Amino acid sequence: MDGRKKKKKVLLMGKSGSGKSSMRSIIFSNYVAKDVRRLGATIDVEHSHVKFMGNLTLNLWDCGGQDAFMETYLASQRSNIFSDVAVLIYVFDIESREVDRDLDTYHAIITALKEYSPHAYVFCLVHKLDLIQLEHRTRIYEERSALIRSRSDNFAIDTFGSSIWDQSLYKAWAGIVHRLIPNLTIIERFLEAFAKRIDAEDVILFERSTFLTVTSVSSEVGEANPYKDRHERLSNIMKAFKHCAARNTHTTPASAGFVVMHTKSPLYNVFLGRFTDNTYIFVVVPPGEAAYNCAVLNTMLAREGFAKATNTGYGDGFPLPAMETPDGETTNSNNY
Amino acid sequence: MPQEPKPRLLLMGLRRSGKSSIASVVFHKMPPNETLFLESTTRIQKDSIHSFMDFQVWDFPGQLEYTEPSFDLEDIFGSLGALVWVIDAQDDYLDSISRLNKTILAIQAHYPDINVEVFIHKVDGLSEEFRTDTFQDIVQLISDELHDNGYENAPVHFYLTSIYDYSVFEAFSKVIQKLIPNLSTLENLINTLCNNCGFEKTYLFDVLSKIYIASDTRPVDMSCYEMCSDYIDVIVDISELYGYEHRDRKIKGEQAQEAESHVVLHDETMIHLMEMNKYLCLLSVIRNPEAKEKKGLIDMNCRTFQEALNEVFSRSWEEQEAEQGQLKARPDPEH
Repeated sequence: MDGRKKKKKVLLMGKSGSGKSSMRSIIFSNYVAKDVRRLGATIDVEHSHVKFMGNLTLNLWDCGGQDAFMETYLASQRSNIFSDVAVLIYVFDIESREVDRDLDTYHAIITALKEYSPHAYVFCLVHKLDLIQLEHRTRIYEERSALIRSRSDNFAIDTFGSSIWDQSLYKAWAGIVHRLIPNLTIIERFLEAFAKRIDAEDVILFERSTFLTVTSVSSEVGEANPYKDRHERLSNIMKAFKHCAARNTHTTPASAGFVVMHTKSPLYNVFLGRFTDNTYIFVVVPPGEAAYNCAVLNTMLAREGFAKATNTGYGDGFPLPAMETPDGETTNSNNY
Repeated sequence: MPQEPKPRLLLMGLRRSGKSSIASVVFHKMPPNETLFLESTTRIQKDSIHSFMDFQVWDFPGQLEYTEPSFDLEDIFGSLGALVWVIDAQDDYLDSISRLNKTILAIQAHYPDINVEVFIHKVDGLSEEFRTDTFQDIVQLISDELHDNGYENAPVHFYLTSIYDYSVFEAFSKVIQKLIPNLSTLENLINTLCNNCGFEKTYLFDVLSKIYIASDTRPVDMSCYEMCSDYIDVIVDISELYGYEHRDRKIKGEQAQEAESHVVLHDETMIHLMEMNKYLCLLSVIRNPEAKEKKGLIDMNCRTFQEALNEVFSRSWEEQEAEQGQLKARPDPEH
């Protein structure tokens, strides 16, 4: 459509059986964790296009990890696979018994990547962490990620520990897509101004189909929340409920969704609603029903300005006209 | 007024039939796949459940010979609300059935009021067709044998259950509902609310156990039940994440003391949740697209229902609690 439509090539690599296709299915294809055992081994490369946030399309290359495939990627298909890569996601199986060999393969991949796409981002996921006892998890993960870093040459890499059985998977992938979204600073500036205006404790933007956190803003009180992993947890909670809704309304998880969700309680008020075509906004405000209703109205009004912000790509024109209110006073619906 | 004895739920059945797993999943929120690691029960596990109504759950070891004279039948079956007999549907169940019949015959002479609830358990491993066959087979065997012993129309009810889906909660709901003295009042109230607001289905849930203690009297709709039950999970989880106290929090105005929440799904279905008191939540499924505009009216009706509900319950236990509270407060006039 327009020139800014971005297509980014994402390589998903790692040893056979490390869980690449499993997590891809959960995040992008609405599988639930216990369904992934049905997946067979990936043969060669499986291509898929994932539309994310409207103007960003992820061109996902799920590369089968058996040794024979790996060799062809590095030899005959080298330029085909490794050119124009925006992101490499490399998955390590924490249970692997041949750590050194895994790292050698990883290093060979990194060398090839350096040759063809030196500006790619690299994310390493240390996967299947649920198999490690809780008290050893952090230590083993730290050790492994230090090893990985030492073999990553000049690439600045991000590592995540993950498991398909809890919210850590959402954390890892939210971190990945966070890097890929164009105009993110503009989106963030907007949200920050907006959150301040409505006195929100937490404002989170979720991508519609994956429920991954795109970005979030927290106030001081919001920062004091004892749950640091609350955003991933929310992704997990809402996605689980979406599955339930799909099951019980006889539709596919892909087409199920929420129009709006309100929750009022003595300690917090929460609003979840469609924001742009591809995002949900999740707003947490302090108690006070009248103020909450205003916040909801303002969120609805802010939609338009936000859609503009994500499309134009220029930062001027802030703060948004819809948000201009007399100082300190909350917007009243009658004004519009 | 002397306090009525707490109703008691007895969980019985052969060993390894899944009694403790059921108790753990329903009353202790254990994830179903972790029940694999439960140890075998060796002595009677007595569990007190404090909720909208206090009751006890006794988990019996399968091998216990309670019909022997050394056991006091009165001690076990006196003040009993319901006997839940668990049959492993994946195993040979003839043995279990003959034991159940022996038990029923032993207690029916003395305690004819006891409800016997048979859970045909672990049906998740059976195919749909085989499930129905097993169900009919077991029902037939039990009623035949009771009939042969001259016991007609025994108060025995059957449920197909599994801890891996909602069926065990559904079955327990039915069991508990029979123990609620004012169930018909509650059902009438809910029916009135339902009809006046155009609700598809309404449940009154116990939040902790996710058992519903009453619902409108329309046919059971599993899909409504599943969505309501999962929606409670969503709200409980979100409350866990955001329901923390903070001294710098700016309160911005009045707020009702009870939580209220609703979600509108892609097909305009609305699920509405309203906290009734410490233990109970009213969950409704509304498929009328107009509901969105009339949200205020729905809320008001639910509040009216809440008042009525609390009146129904206050007769029994809240008054007592209030009295006790007053007694405690009294000997302190000097300060």
